[in-house]
Amino acid sequence: MRIKSMKIFRIAGMTVLVSTLLAGANAGHAQETNEVEQLKRQLQQMQENFERSQREEQAQINALTQKLEAFTQVQAATEEKQKLTAQLAAEMSGAPTNAPVALEKQPWSPSNPLTVARAGSAYMNMSFDAMMAVGGSTMSDPSAQLQLGDHDPIKNGFSLRNAEVALDGAVDPYFKGFANIVLKLDKDNQTEIELEEAYAQSTSLPGNIQIKAGQFFAAFGRSNAQHPHQWAFVDAPIMLTRAFGPDGLRSVGTQGSWLVPLPVYTELTLGVFDGEGSTAFGFRNPGDPDAFGVNRFHGRATINRGLRGPQDLVYVPRISSSFDLTDEQTIVLGASAAFGPNDTGASASTQIYGVDAYWKWKAPDAHEGFPFVSWQTEALYENFQVGGDPTAPTPLPAETLHDWGGYSQVLWGFHPRWVVGLRGEYAAGNAGAFDAQDVFRGERERVSPAITFFPSEFSKIRLQYNYDHGARFGDAHSIWLQLEFLLGAHGAHKF
Amino acid sequence: MKTTFALILTTLLLAAPAHAKLNVVATTADLGAIAKEIGGDAITLTTLAKPTEDPHFVDAKPSFIVKLNRADVVIEGGAELEIGWLPALLDQSRNEKLAAGTPGHVICSKGVPLLDVPATLDRSRGDIHAAGNPHYIIAPSNAKIVAQNIADALAEVDAKNAETYRANLQKFAAALDAKIGEWQNTLAPFKGASIVAYHDSWPYFARDFGFKIDLFLEPKPGIPPTPAHLAEVIFKMKSENAHVIIVDPYLNRRTAETVARDTGAAVVDVTQFPGGLKGTDGGYIQLEDYLVNALAKALAENK
Repeated sequence: MRIKSMKIFRIAGMTVLVSTLLAGANAGHAQETNEVEQLKRQLQQMQENFERSQREEQAQINALTQKLEAFTQVQAATEEKQKLTAQLAAEMSGAPTNAPVALEKQPWSPSNPLTVARAGSAYMNMSFDAMMAVGGSTMSDPSAQLQLGDHDPIKNGFSLRNAEVALDGAVDPYFKGFANIVLKLDKDNQTEIELEEAYAQSTSLPGNIQIKAGQFFAAFGRSNAQHPHQWAFVDAPIMLTRAFGPDGLRSVGTQGSWLVPLPVYTELTLGVFDGEGSTAFGFRNPGDPDAFGVNRFHGRATINRGLRGPQDLVYVPRISSSFDLTDEQTIVLGASAAFGPNDTGASASTQIYGVDAYWKWKAPDAHEGFPFVSWQTEALYENFQVGGDPTAPTPLPAETLHDWGGYSQVLWGFHPRWVVGLRGEYAAGNAGAFDAQDVFRGERERVSPAITFFPSEFSKIRLQYNYDHGARFGDAHSIWLQLEFLLGAHGAHKF
Repeated sequence: MKTTFALILTTLLLAAPAHAKLNVVATTADLGAIAKEIGGDAITLTTLAKPTEDPHFVDAKPSFIVKLNRADVVIEGGAELEIGWLPALLDQSRNEKLAAGTPGHVICSKGVPLLDVPATLDRSRGDIHAAGNPHYIIAPSNAKIVAQNIADALAEVDAKNAETYRANLQKFAAALDAKIGEWQNTLAPFKGASIVAYHDSWPYFARDFGFKIDLFLEPKPGIPPTPAHLAEVIFKMKSENAHVIIVDPYLNRRTAETVARDTGAAVVDVTQFPGGLKGTDGGYIQLEDYLVNALAKALAENK
């Protein structure tokens, strides 16, 4: 464009020059033909000069264009080569060719504060969640019979039974990692610590398979695998503490789950756990020491059976399925079991079976998830074969303890940030020889209305009343006020 | 047992041909509408969140896991919009095609200059978004970037239809460009007008069309209106000469009506999602048409 306009300019300039010269010649009455000839020669020369410079310019342009083309080609070829090299390297190592593309990074400048929680710049979510309660019960020591869960309020007055540090994130392209370290205050306000969960979960196995390994809650029913801050009430359901103990069923082990390729969500899970210790309550649990230092469970002195082979591990199979009844209603159904040996006899074993259901309705134009109504129910049945203990203070026979029970709870999120809930519970069993002294046996009922206010997603205040009735202790009334706060980034929860 | 097995097998075989077209899952209806423009007949599209639903608070329903398990591509808005529900679904989807950083996982905020990026992360200021305001798609200039991101990803994952996607992108961008001129003309008389919103989800729209949307019924993002804050809003509305309050379907219209009564302002129903209101389900351009016309009408009638 520029070259073209220069050319026009030159031609115009020359025309003006020539006209002026010719005009001059006319004015001189053509006295000197020689002069005319000279002018003609000059003009011719100028024309030649001009054409030559034009040719030279064109040649220069051509040369530059060629050079540019060559350069671009080389660059493209280099890029092509690099791409090909990467592809070949991937193919040779057997890795998928669509290698992950690096995520765009925001450059850091001194005006940006250094944080561990800014989205996309941290390797993991890090959160601290604390739950505390104040309240009281008509029973002087609620932890003796009423509140058997490890995270329940355990004494009248103030208690803090769950302060957890949760870490989670991608380990690498193959695993996600999760750790939950729980601190809590015992009855003397001394700090207890436990590694509640620490596991890795696969992210890239074929065939819809996912493997989990480490210490984690068994996928049995709904409540067992949930952390206290996901609960809708301040305490654990009675039947769950009866079957799985104060801590819930968790142990070190591994779990495989398969998302069945069906149009309806269906997941099959099998967990295999070590099953030793009090967090595998109904299994190889040594129990608690009596006044003489003898470990007892359901009154029987326990033996350390050790692990003879795979038959002594705890197996937890589960099937769950879910479908949407309408756009606003979802239902999840599940059935679980847990099998394993227990420490009350050389060949004693335990079988626990459970079914669970969850239904939720959420308004089509819900604001911050409100209003909603949900219903959750679990029912469990346990066979606990206990060995005989003829040397116990009261000699105990070998027998099979059958326990059954469950809970049903309805939640209504009636206004943004406000939820009311009602839970009813029942647990019972057959008669056992040690029942009179066993806090984990005997018929019990409990009704718990609760109201929860969420000032934000990261805090909640809950008021709960419990009416308890037990064959062993009669009636009891308790009221608890709970506060929870969460700091930092906490991973999203399952439905 | 045998019949059950046969049944499962039949279902599996029947389910297989569904993979002939590219299976695309979009988290929200606005992304879905743009994906449909780009993908056309070459894709099957599933949208997870309902257009009337608050996109921050979608339930991580197990049926979504099945949809993601079968997807070739997932399209998310990013900038923490879906942070409360999408990660849990993707974790359980067992679908390597959707892993972070792969072309099958499209994060549409890529290349979008995000507004309101907080200098410090402090939740005492409400539920802030560390990456910036995630409600960017409603600005037509950003819709073009989203369309480009989607077209790039679809072309990469499904190379045999790359030409179709690119052609559809050109078509959509051209249609949008023509419309942008029209919208600007319609709204030209109202440049600089002050509009009140319930939640701070309109800064990009305000920027594109020259509005001033900086009065909110919520005192802080995610914190419900309080009488004291509303009184302040009413006071400011008078001084800023604001006569229009916009409310999304999932927000509390009654609060807006109260403020409107006290100020003589008009409440205008708006949505950022095609299908969120009647007459907006025809796609992104129809939604924008609706918003522009509704606002132009309300601003003309309430001066």
